[in-house]
Amino acid sequence: MKILVTVKQVAAVDDDFEIRTDGRDVDPDFLIHDLNEWDNFSLEEAMKIKEAAGGEVEVVVVSVGPESVDEELRKCLAKGADRAIRVWDDSVEGSDPIAIARIIAAVAKNEAPDMLFAGVQASDHSYAATGIATASFLGWPHAAVVSLLNYTPGSKMATLQRELEGGTYAEVELECPAVLTIQLGINVPRYASLRGIKQAAAKPIDVLTPSALGLAATDVGEAGSLSRVRRMYVPAKGQAELIEGTPAEQVARLVKIIQEFKGV
Amino acid sequence: MSGILVIAEHRMDELRPVSLELIAVAVGVKAQASGPVTVAIIANDPQKYAQALSVQGVDEVICVKSAVVEFDPDAYEATVAALIAAKNPSLVLLPHSVNSLAYAPALAAKTGLGLATDAFKVEFDAGALVATRGGYGQKLNVEVDFPGKSTVVVTFRANVCKPIDAAGSPTVTQMDAPATPARGQHKKYIEAAGGGDVDIPGSEFILSIGRGVGEEDNVEQFRELAQTVGAELGCSRPIADAGWLPKSRQVGQSGKTAANCKLYIAMGISGSVQHMAGMKHVENIVAVNTDPKASIFHIARYGIVGDIFEIGEELRNQFPA
Ligand SMILES: Cc1cc2nc3c(=O)[nH]c(=O)nc-3n(C[C@H](O)[C@H](O)[C@H](O)COP(=O)(O)OP(=O)(O)OC[C@H]3O[C@@H](n4cnc5c(N)ncnc54)[C@H](O)[C@@H]3O)c2cc1C
Repeated sequence: MKILVTVKQVAAVDDDFEIRTDGRDVDPDFLIHDLNEWDNFSLEEAMKIKEAAGGEVEVVVVSVGPESVDEELRKCLAKGADRAIRVWDDSVEGSDPIAIARIIAAVAKNEAPDMLFAGVQASDHSYAATGIATASFLGWPHAAVVSLLNYTPGSKMATLQRELEGGTYAEVELECPAVLTIQLGINVPRYASLRGIKQAAAKPIDVLTPSALGLAATDVGEAGSLSRVRRMYVPAKGQAELIEGTPAEQVARLVKIIQEFKGV
Repeated sequence: MSGILVIAEHRMDELRPVSLELIAVAVGVKAQASGPVTVAIIANDPQKYAQALSVQGVDEVICVKSAVVEFDPDAYEATVAALIAAKNPSLVLLPHSVNSLAYAPALAAKTGLGLATDAFKVEFDAGALVATRGGYGQKLNVEVDFPGKSTVVVTFRANVCKPIDAAGSPTVTQMDAPATPARGQHKKYIEAAGGGDVDIPGSEFILSIGRGVGEEDNVEQFRELAQTVGAELGCSRPIADAGWLPKSRQVGQSGKTAANCKLYIAMGISGSVQHMAGMKHVENIVAVNTDPKASIFHIARYGIVGDIFEIGEELRNQFPA
């Protein structure tokens, strides 16, 4: 039994970031990296299933990205994933979520997991596309924004809840293997233990290239993408009137605003 | 390829309001798309939505009769693919909703159509579609284009465009959805449990806290602060997910809408799209955040760049008893 968990190294911009000279992205010197918030929840969901099954389940994390991504993969290994796979070479540069999904699907074909978990979206670009596109390339059943899961490893059916808008949930039965995009709050992700961190150092991270996975050059990068970033820019300044001054002065104004609302 | 296809959304016998917003988006770029605006509604009983969708600027409403009563991603994917094959639109507009997320990327991936998700603007530049979305936690705007794609699927953000009120007189046509083998079964809808004495939708004054509170032990001082100033205490999702406050206090897309709120103080909340979905309509929003570039400042009326603990303590001291 095996669960494949996709993870992403996300980027946030630094305080005083600059846009790249071609205008199409932020200068990488100003990016701060971390593991995507959603991925903590998908990994935890896989770990819960593994532990409930008494260890008969292998949890494999997969990511597409350069060497720096190993840092995030190690975090996942420290939390209990058994091994990690990272796919990269220069041809992957410029890939949109669909091209990334094609790569992950190729990994999944090799690994033949019983389930594939992805995050609903990533906190940097919020595409919310990679997991479901991966399902399409695999031809697997899929469900998006899963907030509760009942699944016994090896079972042909899973029962789950999808979180819809406005506090409504849909209960769904789905054939497995399936791709599920996992929502925040489905569980309470664990922290890595010291022992886990030590053990992670000895766990393998396999590094593959798209061509080793049987993908053509046109499957990845801009050629394998359905969209292309044309321009990034800082939006015009918001309408907020900034309340300046010392905290005491700022709060004096805030008190006035509250009292105006109350008609005092 | 010409024209725009809009896929309307419904749930529990009601049209989702975002459907009418999308029609307005489509009508807004109709001239540039040099083709008709077609609106499709996929349902077991689609006719009942036809009139509501017949607004000014719409050329055709297609009532697609589907054997599937509740949303199913496979059925929707196959049906929208059939609609695209029939209409050859240059732009397909879907709401950026939880249901669209379950099939739009699969549809685009399978058929090789252009795809942009969570767009808040679309335009044609010299005949080619350009979609604008957010990047890096909404701190940047990102323009995407679709080289070589004659049909582009765009999931469009809710609460961006005003619906068109004026009625129109489109032709209303029928179509049968293609049959799809069922790999999933919708069982039932579940509504989140009531909030007890918490009434976010009814409150006129809400003070909300976000991840900026840092840890659970810090929540109490903001509960007291809300009491001092006479506000209902609200929160962003991470606070509810962590169990620091009940879900009934969560404001946003998957939580409550601050429907009657007139003054909303957001403390340590970055301003994600999903949080703003529940409060950005509020007339008076005051945002307190240490990050001057936080996107909450884009919708707030007043901004305080500062620390919520410092501002909180000062407010407690200054507020007249
Ligand atoms: C399908 C879906 C539905 C969702 N539904 C909702 C929803 O209903 N409601 C919701 O809120 N989210 C929802 N989310 C999650 C959303 O995407 C964000 O993850 C969430 O809103 C972030 O909450 P936050 O602003 O509190 O945290 P963050 O984004 O982490 O922001 C924290 C902010 O606090 C500031 N800060 C930190 N310390 C201080 C300090 N001492 N003083 C002042 N400021 C400080 C930081 O600068 C930062 O801007 C949903 C997501 C998805 C995908």
